[in-house]
Amino acid sequence: MNIVQILSNTASQILNPTTIGFALAAIGLSIHFGFTGLLNMGVAGFMAIGAYGFAISILTFGLPWWVAVLIGLAASAVFALVLGVPTLRLRGDYLAIVTIAAAEVVRLLFLSTAFKDVTGSADGLSGFHNGFRDSNPLPEGKFGFGPWVYTSDTWWVIIIGVVLTAVAALFTWSLMRSPWGRVIKGIREDEDAVRALGKNVFSFKMQALVIGGVITAMGGIITAMGTNVNPNVYVTSQTFFIWTALLLGGAATIFGPILGAVLFWVVRAFLSNLLPALVSIGWLPFLSREQSQMLVFILVGVALMLLVIFRPQGILGNKKELTFVK
Amino acid sequence: MSSEISTASEISTPSEISTDHDDAAAETIVIARTKATGLHDGEIRPGVPKVDPIIIADGVRRQFGGLTAVDVEHLEIPRNAITALIGPNGAGKTTLFNLLTGFDKPNEGDWSFDGTSLSGVPAFKVARLGLVRTFQLTKALGLLTVLENMKLGATGQRGERFLPSLFPWLWRAQDVEIEARARVLLKKFKLDAKEADFAASLSGGQRKLLEMARALMSKPTLVMLDEPMAGVNPALTQSLLEHILDLKDEGMTVLFVEHDMHMVRHIADWVVVMAEGRVVAEGPPETVMQDQAVIDAYLGAHQDIDLGVVTGRHPGTLPPDAAELVAEVAELDEAIEAAEDAADGKA
Amino acid sequence: MTIARPAARPRHRRRAVILLVGIAATAAAILGVAAPATAAEDDPFRISGNVQLNGTPLEGVLITVDGPGGMQEVETDASGQWKVGVPEKNADYTVTLDESTLPDGIAVIDETGEDPTPNVRDVTVGPGGRVTANFFIGAGERNTVSFIDQLVERLVNGLNFGLMLALAAIGLSLVYGTTGISNFAHAELVTFGALIAYLFSVVVGWPLWIAIPLTVAFSAAFGYVQDLGLWRPLRRRGLGVVQLMIVSIGLSLALRYIFQTFVGGGTYQLPGSAAEEFTLFGAVSVSLVDLLSMGLSIVVILAFGWWLLKTRIGKATRAVSDNPSLAAASGIDVDAVVRVVWIVAAALAGLSGVLWAYFRPGIKWDMGSSILLLIFAAVTLGGLGTAFGALVGSLIVGVLVETSSLWIPSDLKYVGALVVLIVILLFRPQGLLGRRERIG
Repeated sequence: MNIVQILSNTASQILNPTTIGFALAAIGLSIHFGFTGLLNMGVAGFMAIGAYGFAISILTFGLPWWVAVLIGLAASAVFALVLGVPTLRLRGDYLAIVTIAAAEVVRLLFLSTAFKDVTGSADGLSGFHNGFRDSNPLPEGKFGFGPWVYTSDTWWVIIIGVVLTAVAALFTWSLMRSPWGRVIKGIREDEDAVRALGKNVFSFKMQALVIGGVITAMGGIITAMGTNVNPNVYVTSQTFFIWTALLLGGAATIFGPILGAVLFWVVRAFLSNLLPALVSIGWLPFLSREQSQMLVFILVGVALMLLVIFRPQGILGNKKELTFVK
Repeated sequence: MSSEISTASEISTPSEISTDHDDAAAETIVIARTKATGLHDGEIRPGVPKVDPIIIADGVRRQFGGLTAVDVEHLEIPRNAITALIGPNGAGKTTLFNLLTGFDKPNEGDWSFDGTSLSGVPAFKVARLGLVRTFQLTKALGLLTVLENMKLGATGQRGERFLPSLFPWLWRAQDVEIEARARVLLKKFKLDAKEADFAASLSGGQRKLLEMARALMSKPTLVMLDEPMAGVNPALTQSLLEHILDLKDEGMTVLFVEHDMHMVRHIADWVVVMAEGRVVAEGPPETVMQDQAVIDAYLGAHQDIDLGVVTGRHPGTLPPDAAELVAEVAELDEAIEAAEDAADGKA
Repeated sequence: MTIARPAARPRHRRRAVILLVGIAATAAAILGVAAPATAAEDDPFRISGNVQLNGTPLEGVLITVDGPGGMQEVETDASGQWKVGVPEKNADYTVTLDESTLPDGIAVIDETGEDPTPNVRDVTVGPGGRVTANFFIGAGERNTVSFIDQLVERLVNGLNFGLMLALAAIGLSLVYGTTGISNFAHAELVTFGALIAYLFSVVVGWPLWIAIPLTVAFSAAFGYVQDLGLWRPLRRRGLGVVQLMIVSIGLSLALRYIFQTFVGGGTYQLPGSAAEEFTLFGAVSVSLVDLLSMGLSIVVILAFGWWLLKTRIGKATRAVSDNPSLAAASGIDVDAVVRVVWIVAAALAGLSGVLWAYFRPGIKWDMGSSILLLIFAAVTLGGLGTAFGALVGSLIVGVLVETSSLWIPSDLKYVGALVVLIVILLFRPQGLLGRRERIG
């Protein structure tokens, strides 16, 4: 069991484009749930729309990559509007069911063979990176230090991703300190009280849904830039993992989502590397290597339950700032 | 004790201090300022039009399944006066509040506020038109500080729109002005020391004050208070009364729901009595309190029967139909006992 | 109206412990016996083919493959070739060529002169894991199944599916009605039932008439244990409805991957799932298993309906579902009722899992979660909190899902139901039979 290799694999996860995409998605979800109290269970759907919007714009329409990014984001804003109009007037767990159903519809549409030409169906989409890579100012080759050695193109994605994450965090921080943020925090606790003060609660919730949705879609785009687009990624488990990451870090904080996303991937990578190694050296005699991988996900599920029961405010959250207000 | 005023153009009416000898609890209730009179236009009856109405409601009905919660044929609320809405529990007072302010939709009916029809207008727009309300179960936002609660109450804030909110220089000046106004109000309600505390840490009575102060941030025309005294300890009751009277002095109209008859008598200029969804009486407090319909509604139509006499604890006589009923019950009791004895005997 | 508390609580505790030990033991048995699939993908085997007319490849011809793992559709590509992945080898599949997608005047030719449906072929994926299926194409008459016949067949299928969904949906609706929890882990109760049935009927080898009742019993026990060990303590702790919902999400994740740990990614069959089909009403082809399945669903649903309407506990359940505080104030032991609801809901869901295993056909680790949203759609459509509404909603969803494949591609058939769910919430969020007050 090569512990150095395990630790190295784990550490490299921190800067992985998938992790960064997770962090962005978690920031978007923090706006939805942490600050506004919206139960968005369709996070994967927003990411899928961002990613597919981006990739399809390049592959089918031949647009430049930065235009494709804008289209992916615009598509997610439209998705949020379409979702929000009928459901924001309903109670919380109804919104949860609708968002989950909508995300599944989106995934099934992308998976269907009916649109195979555009969406690639089960094979997904790849080969859309050229325009993006052409704009890469970094020198070619593989470089880095310690466990963080990536190709030049991956570094380009990482840099853009980290910058965008910082911008998103700053944006969220600024937003929540403003009077707009004050109204949102009031809505989370008691909509009727805010209504009685003359605020259009529906409009505010819709704005929060769109803003959070766009940031989440950006997470999907970053992941797509770093890897490719595959419909099997945007399953409901993905949504649940992002929820776990958010609750772990602290739902109504600025750095909580980022911390939660990084911790989630680091711990997952650590266990995914460690457990099979333990099986190999005979420490877990009743499991095979493949089964030990499943153990990681079982632990995620258990962790989510424990978090919600015993420490709903997460690591960085304030206990007084009730995460689950009702 | 004269009240503090916020606008210079109002005249402060001198107040009299007197102790209410009727009240066994011997509270020193300040009867502040004179009452408004001459509000009605015509004979005093349910639905009498007012000289200067601020709300006119026609044919407002609200049904829940088979139950009619509100059935108001005609109601007018006088402007710049304090109107009390009283009635037994379940009379429909809070439902009427919800209907008038847009928190609930009636099955039928029209009503207007200051000439503007409010039918179908959503709650937040009603609030913006100048009609604010408080809630029976106080809705002080516990996760925000007292000052943030107050600032939330102001309307027309540029910083509340999404795009401007991103650029602090666009809304900073207005925010400072709102903060100053909030502090003035907080001082008036004696909550200024607590401005940085979370509203959740306030006592129940303080939260009521906060909710009222917050409602005033929008400079409303009509303030509707749903049971402002509920759950407030007697020491705070006095200051709450003062604040409500201040509202009238500052040119606002007040409509409040209350169960405390003393309070109603002392500060209300006009009283509307509801029972089973209908307006059964209205008028100045003294007139209304004598109305037989009101007495029946509150105390029940058989309030002349003394339960002490029925159970035999006190000597006395009962009216004939009551005496008959008591005799019937006694017979039934005997029959049941006899049946039980027979069953025991057999077993 | 008081429910007599179980006379001796210690007796229940002991029972629970015995059941837990039993479950753990059988779980160990499955672990030792079931070989987790080595393939990471779920469909490692292949059926493929080539469609051409006198040497010219035909593009865009629709091929449908039906069998273990469900129905798949695929179109021929520019070189006339098509392929699908299938989850099992040494199994039979039916390959159908949709003649309406052939050029005009062209059909599949029956070389033998005896086959009335030459465009439908049965193939077997042998030990090699691959098979090809080719059709002889030429000018000829098409074998068209009339629209009505297709519709009737789908309706019957839809009823079967809907009845099976109803068993799961009723439990979910009752749990929601009595506790307010939207239980995302309900789907795992379905999978659990299927796995237990597999354990007893295939691994241990007992006949179905023993295995299925055991499945129901074990599922009921699982529900009991969940309420005892998890939901009731959390309710006591005062957790809000939203928190409980997220706990159920975590539980569903954990259970799903526990199941995958035991059975891997492969598909398993219950005995008799490859039953012969025969035709009913001249056009509808059903198997004995389908009929038995529908019959069993109907009997169980009727029995459950009688229980809900006529027995004291059933009435108490409806009372608690309607208004828990009022029920408690009337002297009903709400905790006991909730415990019973969990037991019944889990038992029904377990049975539903068995039927789902026959309908798909096939048992997979995530078979429950693939229909979770359909169950939610059914419950929401019918009205959250009403058992009868769940039944009605399930039938509608089942028929909708099956008949929608007449108009939209079959891999989108769940989409129809999900869209209906969203639309219902638009116009009538309380569902068909629910009450308005529950939603806003």
